[in-house]
Amino acid sequence: MTAAAQPLPAARRSKRMTPARWGLYAFIFITALYFLLPLYVMVVTSLKPMAEIRQGNLLALPVAPSIDAWVKAWTSACTGLTCQGIKIGFLNSLRILVPSVVISILVGSLTGYALSLWRVRGGNILFGTMMVVAFIPYQVFIYPLVRVFSFTGLGQSLLTIVIIHTIFGLPTMTLLFRNYFASLPVELFKAARVDGAGFYQIYARIMMPMATPMIVVAVILQTTGIWNDFILGLVFAGRDNLPMTVQLNNIVNSTQGERAYNVDMAATLLTALLPLVVYFGSGRWFVRGIAAGAVKG
Amino acid sequence: MRLSLNSRISAITALLPALLVMLVVYIGATGWTVWMSLTNSRMLPNNNFVGLRQYEMLFGNDRWITSVHNIVIYGVLFVSLALSIGFLLAVAIDQRVRAEDTIRSIYLYPYSMSFVVTGLVWQWLLNPTLGIQHVLRSWGFEGATFDWIVRPETAIYCLVIAGVWQASGLVMAIMLAGLRGVDEEIWKATRVDGLPKWRVYVSIIIPMMGASFATAAVLLSTGVVRLYDLSVAMTNGGPGIASEVPAKFVMDHLFERANIGLATAAATTMLITVIAVVAPYFYWRTRKGEMR
Amino acid sequence: MQKSNVDIRSLQIGFGGLKVLENLNLNVEASEFLVLLGPSGCGKSTLLNAIAGLIDVRGGEIHIGGRDVTWAEPKDRGIAMVFQSYALYPRMSVRRNMSFGLSVAGTPRDEIERRVGEAARMLQLNSLLDRRPSELSGGQRQRVAIGRALVRHAGVYLFDEPLSNLDAQLRAELRVEIKRLHARLGATMIYVTHDQIEALTLADRIAVMQGGVIQQLDTPKKIYREPVNRFVASFVGSPAMNFIPGRIARDGETGFIAGANRLGLNGYAFRGLPTDAPAVLGIRPEHIELTASDDPSAVSARVEMVEPMGADTLIWCRLADNTAFSFRHDADAQVCVGDTLNVRFPAEALSLFDEISGQRL
Repeated sequence: MTAAAQPLPAARRSKRMTPARWGLYAFIFITALYFLLPLYVMVVTSLKPMAEIRQGNLLALPVAPSIDAWVKAWTSACTGLTCQGIKIGFLNSLRILVPSVVISILVGSLTGYALSLWRVRGGNILFGTMMVVAFIPYQVFIYPLVRVFSFTGLGQSLLTIVIIHTIFGLPTMTLLFRNYFASLPVELFKAARVDGAGFYQIYARIMMPMATPMIVVAVILQTTGIWNDFILGLVFAGRDNLPMTVQLNNIVNSTQGERAYNVDMAATLLTALLPLVVYFGSGRWFVRGIAAGAVKG
Repeated sequence: MRLSLNSRISAITALLPALLVMLVVYIGATGWTVWMSLTNSRMLPNNNFVGLRQYEMLFGNDRWITSVHNIVIYGVLFVSLALSIGFLLAVAIDQRVRAEDTIRSIYLYPYSMSFVVTGLVWQWLLNPTLGIQHVLRSWGFEGATFDWIVRPETAIYCLVIAGVWQASGLVMAIMLAGLRGVDEEIWKATRVDGLPKWRVYVSIIIPMMGASFATAAVLLSTGVVRLYDLSVAMTNGGPGIASEVPAKFVMDHLFERANIGLATAAATTMLITVIAVVAPYFYWRTRKGEMR
Repeated sequence: MQKSNVDIRSLQIGFGGLKVLENLNLNVEASEFLVLLGPSGCGKSTLLNAIAGLIDVRGGEIHIGGRDVTWAEPKDRGIAMVFQSYALYPRMSVRRNMSFGLSVAGTPRDEIERRVGEAARMLQLNSLLDRRPSELSGGQRQRVAIGRALVRHAGVYLFDEPLSNLDAQLRAELRVEIKRLHARLGATMIYVTHDQIEALTLADRIAVMQGGVIQQLDTPKKIYREPVNRFVASFVGSPAMNFIPGRIARDGETGFIAGANRLGLNGYAFRGLPTDAPAVLGIRPEHIELTASDDPSAVSARVEMVEPMGADTLIWCRLADNTAFSFRHDADAQVCVGDTLNVRFPAEALSLFDEISGQRL
């Protein structure tokens, strides 16, 4: 060894805080600030009266915090012509969310189950196609779908938007459950077959109870996805069922006259609330959902 | 294993909804859109075949050209920035830092929020009168200007800032999973070999993470083509048509300007672009699958 | 090539509240092949990683080639290491895997080429130099990993269970190759394994470890013949040593009493003065001998099971008091289940352990 003659570094018993570590923590601190800044600004802006916003600093804490803006955003902010606040949108979103999540998970898990454990002829082609089309932008399908729904008489309605969310959630949900069922030991399935259980019995009694973790992941994924949807709700939900995101955009971007930034930010936070609660409440599950949903194919 | 007739029928009926969706929605609707792009449909679809006329008009349309121009700028910047920032964040977190879970939550939470929310927040932050520019000036940087959002030539970069803020955490999560998959003994071997850490990342770790990069890149790029909500919420395509994007072009021409032929031509162009991105990726994945 | 000795003085290692090694001393001679043997969790890998500098120590000193390297970086310690999972750089060719560390360290190119060529020749890697690790078999990968260690021209080579991921046949082949390499290079090697066959075949000396403590440090022969305690006795050797509980009796001639049987201990080298006390007798299956029924030291046992093992046969017997033991006989033995055999336990091949402490008597 060439290093044999060189003196060795003096004892450094603690390698916890070297300059490199300081740099690392500085990097993490600064980037964390960048990611937190918008959330912070949203919160403080929503608590300030307009006069303070106009005169003060964007980053300053509110001098006299008040929840007036929140109350106004919830009950009386104007979305276009009506002024009933964002609560209408909140309720619409909930009415869209619950059936869409349930139905899309049911259909997706059943499809994934049939495709993973039962060798149906053409199953792989169906699955492969599903994975490819999942990447195609909505704009390609939207107009024909509008025509189809108006032809069937459903038009723009709650039922339409639920069906639409089920359709567009199908590839991801199928993928999620197919991969999960395929990862289970196949002996389990064979044992159930030997015991004489049929297709739906195995699905309902054995597979779905075992798939609880995947169901949690699917609920998280679909809840945030459907809640955050803008374009599908805009096109398919109809005037009376517009989801919260669409209402929010109307409140903020179609205001006449002077804009109430505090109300805007309160409404924005209210819209972001549910996904944030899901995210911070679910912890690692959210990451798992991303990982499971991200690996298409 | 032989399937009983009953179970076989059950399995097929269970797949019917998926099959129907595939045939009617995905393939049928795609086909119809492509067909309409070859007609002179305006308010309502018709079947007057006009060949590629709509495409000629599309690529002679200033707004479309701007949209394409914008999406290229956005796509290149957004994907490369999100990938590199996401990777750096993952590397930072992978150094056995304290409060790892908290830091990861902070990086990732924007991804749980909608594009509409993202767009509106950043619209407010970038507001020249009261936003960051105002803050900088109030701190004594009198000459500071940060008014990109109201200037046509820079508005698209504002979308990039917001998009990167929203999506970097996703990349971080994917990359961190990849980094955690690296065999601990490889790290030991590099220490015995005396390789500096940056060299290990550049020469050994990054080449190993091809799959993570590809996954993240494909995910981000399909998001690029879909970019719609962010533009609507943040700038509504403005100032003027400065931050228009293709998806918005399609939507506006379908539902406001009643020019279905032109809109579907634009949608078909988007479709072809996506296939051009996704097909090589799938080809690569399948080939890799066969090699194993 | 330089050959360094390794001197470990009252080493302490812990993670959080857990003490893995406490006050461990070990001296490895230059050119020695030392095997650290023990079950998983015994601290052997921890010790090896500490020698390599891959984990921090809490106290004590590590000297390699006469230098205190306790706080030196792994690359400055004059060591090279081979890992269980091979730890090859996956996207680099075999050649690059071997040369990368040297080229980063600024070694001249012709010197790198010379060393890589030399290692490749020694390990028969010449035809594989431009392949990727993913294109190699497990055995080839581990040879590359050894090659990567060799080019470092280190004073000490460390092996962390290098053969554990290989199948039995390859393991035997590579074992021979490593032994040949040691004979040829005469380098100091420290080798961690949980496989006692590897330890017995490769080592100049074996350190048997358990619970973070070196139980016995000796030549393979001594470890096999004279284990210092019941742990070493039971861990080394396959088929395992038989243990028969009983007591030492000093009525006239010293003997061992198990049930109705009495065994004379003339010829057994007691470490201290024998006392009347409960004890455990240990004897390896191949040391039990068949004898005639009129032999005064004969013990009769009933055959319970016969396991043919190819070269020889393992016969499971039970004594009248129900104590079971096994013994090895040549493959031609005409023994059937139910037969009664007369066997002899030669005193010079026995091991006796204190019943409570488990220490050799």
